[in-house]
Amino acid sequence: MSLKVSGLSVEKSGATILSRVSFSAPAGRITGLIGPNGAGKSTLLTALLGLIPATGKTDFDGIDVPQLPRRDRARLMALVEQSSTTEERLSVRDVVALGRIPHEAAWQSGCDAEDEAIVTGALAEAGMTGFATRRFTTLSGGEQQRVHVARALAQQPRLLLLDEPTSHLDIRAQLQLLALLRLKAKAGMTILVALHDLNLAMRFCDHLVVLSGGRLAAQGRPGDILTRALLREVYGVSARLVPDAVSGQALIIFDEAMADGAGQIPD
Amino acid sequence: MTRFSFLALLALTLLSAVIAVTVGPADITPNEVWSVILHHLGISSESPVSRLRDAIVWELRLPRVLTALGVGAGLALSGAIMQALTRNPLADPYLLGLSSGAALGAVSFLLLGLSLLMPLGAFFGSVGALALALLIAQLLGGATPSRAILAGISIAALASAATSFLIFWSATGDSYREILSWLMGSLSGSTWSDAGLVCLALAACLPIILTNGRALDAFAFGDTAAASLGIDVPRLRWTLLGATALLTGIMVAIGGAIGFVGLVVPHAVRLAVGSAHRKLLPHVMLAGAIFMLWTDTAARTLFDPRELPVGIITALIGAPVFLAVLLRYRRIT
Repeated sequence: MSLKVSGLSVEKSGATILSRVSFSAPAGRITGLIGPNGAGKSTLLTALLGLIPATGKTDFDGIDVPQLPRRDRARLMALVEQSSTTEERLSVRDVVALGRIPHEAAWQSGCDAEDEAIVTGALAEAGMTGFATRRFTTLSGGEQQRVHVARALAQQPRLLLLDEPTSHLDIRAQLQLLALLRLKAKAGMTILVALHDLNLAMRFCDHLVVLSGGRLAAQGRPGDILTRALLREVYGVSARLVPDAVSGQALIIFDEAMADGAGQIPD
Repeated sequence: MTRFSFLALLALTLLSAVIAVTVGPADITPNEVWSVILHHLGISSESPVSRLRDAIVWELRLPRVLTALGVGAGLALSGAIMQALTRNPLADPYLLGLSSGAALGAVSFLLLGLSLLMPLGAFFGSVGALALALLIAQLLGGATPSRAILAGISIAALASAATSFLIFWSATGDSYREILSWLMGSLSGSTWSDAGLVCLALAACLPIILTNGRALDAFAFGDTAAASLGIDVPRLRWTLLGATALLTGIMVAIGGAIGFVGLVVPHAVRLAVGSAHRKLLPHVMLAGAIFMLWTDTAARTLFDPRELPVGIITALIGAPVFLAVLLRYRRIT
């Protein structure tokens, strides 16, 4: 059930955004997608969803993803965008119910009882049950993000893609969200999440995919690949890895940004 | 609840229609209206009212009432769809320049002597204006609400100038006045064939519009979100924008550039039933019909025996609503 991507390339008006990126995301695990701004993380996620033209192979559990009809693809995989909002008068429950669209029959005149139950379940999982009747636009950024996660869960995907879902959340909400992803991964969902915070990535991800300038820089277990050399090379920072006295896991302490150009060490 | 409110609105529409037919300089009772209708449908054989009164009901008021209902429904639906597809609360066929484009197309065909094909000219005009508005907004770097409106204003100005020039160049006397009053938006002189054309346009577009209500919901968070929910975004967008251009074109060919209906009605209905389009669109359709019917009834009776172009009344109501919407959404414009 793992996701296998090979030779994924994306060009936008002549410029190469992604160049032959190959990686895998193991089933039932959280795979973190990291890299500096402009590395191509968002592009990679939208390309996997088939929302932009791309070349290369994307295989999920033996399914040739680009060949899937739109609706089937939307049942297989869901996307949580980086803070997206609306001007429509929608209740939180309405927003979560959008996740049922790919499952609804064309003639169906709204969510049926089964859909309603799934929406209720998704709200509960995301801890948003108490907000169901609130207007979406009255929620805080963190609450809105949790509603989006609930919407994605209501889509009942086997592969969940998230684009920097923690970027507007306070630390408590970040930890809650990642704990929820943990839970879903344990239940068998394959999760690919773009993250900015490397310490969070280190702590919560089972597997990391590092992008730099549209290319794959590294992939593997966080403890193995997040090294001083990689941080210098990919992010252009000098950092130290210090073992946490309690968990024994490494913590990254960032010291300073390196002079321009220092990050681009040729390999 | 939804079904109930829809049926209530439907009943209100029918009731409004019957009452509106009785309103006017000649006093006509609802009973007389029913008997004239039954007579003409061949259900009762003899007409119980005088020839003149029969003609007032059957030849003047009924076709006008039906035309008003249809034009209102079409313009309101167009507005609701454009607002959803462009994620622009200010979108309206009039504000985006479609109505002016349609008017230019209609007048061009009229003055070319193709008066029978006038609705087709209006359709071409509205499609052209829509394409141009979206193109200009794109050139400005993405169709944000204010950019789309600015593009619409420039198109409307250009199209109106061209229309005025055409009229100045070739129309004379009576036809001049008639065209001017039509341009301001007027349903006076609506005939059965007008009503028929409006109904035909609605019949052609309604199945497409009403079956895509749920897909329109998916646009609430933008194109990427809609596409990730399995919606074929480009196809749906062009299908529905094509339908709105057709509706606007036909409605303008019949009623002239009646503004703000597509803005006022969807916003009012949203306050009542929310944004879910499968619920919203049928309500918008009926509310638009009722709104247009009563504004038109006011237009033909307020200054009797003179007729006020109904576009003046809709603009009087619409401009403050436009401002209110602008204030409400000032964050995103």
